[in-house]
Amino acid sequence: MNREFMVNSALLLGLVAIPLWAYVSDEPFTITLATRVAILALAGVGLNIALGLGGLVSLGHAAFFGIGGYAMGILASHAQSYTPLIESPFLLEGTKSMPLIWIAAIISSALMAMIIGALSLRTSGVYFIMITLAFGQMLYFFAISWPAYGGEDGLSIYVRNGFPGLNTLDPIQFFGISFTLLICALWLAARLAHSPFGLALNAARQSPQRVETVGLSPYQLRLVAFVISGAITGLAGALFADLNRFVSPSMFSWQTSGEIMVFVILGGVGRLFGPVAGAALFITLEHLLGGISEFWHIWLGLLLLLVVLFARGGIIGLLAGRGSAHD
Amino acid sequence: MTEPVLATFGLTKIFGAVCASSDVSLTLNQGEIHAIIGPNGAGKSTLISQICGGLKPDSGRVEFLGRDITTMPLRQRARLGLARTFQVSALAMDDTVLQNAILGNLGARGKPFDFFSSALKQKDLRKTAMLALERVGLADHIFTRTSELSHGQRRQLEVAVALTLRPKAFVMDEPMAGMGADGSRGMTTFLDGLRDEAPILLVEHDMDAVFALADRLSVLVYGQIIATGTVDEIRNDPDVRTAYLGDAA
Ligand SMILES: Nc1ncnc2c1ncn2[C@@H]1O[C@H](COP(=O)(O)OP(=O)(O)OP(=O)(O)O)[C@@H](O)[C@H]1O
Ligand SMILES: [Mg+2]
Repeated sequence: MNREFMVNSALLLGLVAIPLWAYVSDEPFTITLATRVAILALAGVGLNIALGLGGLVSLGHAAFFGIGGYAMGILASHAQSYTPLIESPFLLEGTKSMPLIWIAAIISSALMAMIIGALSLRTSGVYFIMITLAFGQMLYFFAISWPAYGGEDGLSIYVRNGFPGLNTLDPIQFFGISFTLLICALWLAARLAHSPFGLALNAARQSPQRVETVGLSPYQLRLVAFVISGAITGLAGALFADLNRFVSPSMFSWQTSGEIMVFVILGGVGRLFGPVAGAALFITLEHLLGGISEFWHIWLGLLLLLVVLFARGGIIGLLAGRGSAHD
Repeated sequence: MTEPVLATFGLTKIFGAVCASSDVSLTLNQGEIHAIIGPNGAGKSTLISQICGGLKPDSGRVEFLGRDITTMPLRQRARLGLARTFQVSALAMDDTVLQNAILGNLGARGKPFDFFSSALKQKDLRKTAMLALERVGLADHIFTRTSELSHGQRRQLEVAVALTLRPKAFVMDEPMAGMGADGSRGMTTFLDGLRDEAPILLVEHDMDAVFALADRLSVLVYGQIIATGTVDEIRNDPDVRTAYLGDAA
């Protein structure tokens, strides 16, 4: 059993044990913190597929996070006001069902990733970063100027959406849902990394010329990766909105894109559990330092600097060493 | 005589003041090794890039298996069966030797969108890759990270990846560069047998290898082919002797 596996297991164990302990000792706020970690880690797992496996430095993943959030907000707001979403050519009603909302979030963010990816993946390097950033900002300003769904003020949802057989208002149950989805995404990301697709994508990051020479298209590989990546981050957005029972344009902001990237970099780019470690550290710091000073981001910045300068593999790299090439 | 497998017609490529290819016409026939020799900077790699894709000629044509492929993208030429090895290795350096070979096989299969199975555990993928690695003598290094290979071994891996493509023609840019004398001899023996599977357009500086292998030789100087012929013809060509071979012949 290798060290990375043990580090990963310890992380998961901690992520389950802490909310369970909080549940027993009746500390719902801690459960909510753990839920935030699970959801933000999920968003990071999405980004990590593009960034870690594909080498695509997207500074626009807030676009997908926000679309997932608004998919939830729009569907739930129509359901709570009993107004249909569309009347013609066919009737489409809102919904308060989480699974349906998730599907909507996944499909809509995947479609958006396809559009953004198809255009931005024609460029690379700093241009790619700028174009993804620009798309994110476009959606941000679109959300602000769209009065039907709250504009700048965003949308409030009064009651958390439902999941068959569960009471989603109970913090520990909602944590369970978020955690389960995180596990599913981690499983998917692990399979992907070792699959033929992952192998080709990984090679396209290291040597696009090599991939072309064997007859494959780096562009296609990256586009598919970008879509999968966007869909997972979109799902996280829907959950995040459900956690807060609130959606606002800030989900689309470039700061959100930056934060998701910080999770991945802190935890370890391309490491399966990097986003989990990164999100956990981020939320812990926010909670501990945020109470002391409003300017806790300075400390976060310092930490990020140290990681980038001295620990390229992030927390996971620090704890588990360099990844093996042949797993 | 049957149609050549690969042919260029008047390929010309100019970089600013440098004429890297000047009206280059050559053919590669079934079952042969056609070697291209020439001094550094003669335009050999540039010629290969125009044949395999990646560099567009200013004028001229490339035909492969009777089709005009001059404007075809690199990866489509690969899919048609044109396998290239690079002078400066283009490999996934963080991946293992086996992963690189499997990538080749994945390309040959043409279906990379398999998300759930394990690339290293798929029997057919792995078997073809292993076979190719055994043939070039890398079977003992399959789990070595490619960046840890010697330059000669990287050459061998380039050739192995090309093998997994089961191509209709090989185009190799200095496959023996960086190899010791033993490695060169091994590679020479290997290429000697390979020509029966698919013809080889071979750029190589190692004259012992070239003279041992080539059915035909073309000499490229300043982007121009100054002579084409059998090894003996080229060795005795006075122009070639003054322009390039010097005392080596
Ligand atoms: N992209 C480019 N832009 C400008 N000049 C180039 C470019 N590529 C090659 N050249 C020039 O074209 C000429 C031919 O280069 P090329 O690499 O094809 O030579 P070569 O015969 O392969 O040399 P070597 O034996 O050193 O590999 C050289 O003078 C080189 O400087
Ligand atoms: Mg060259």
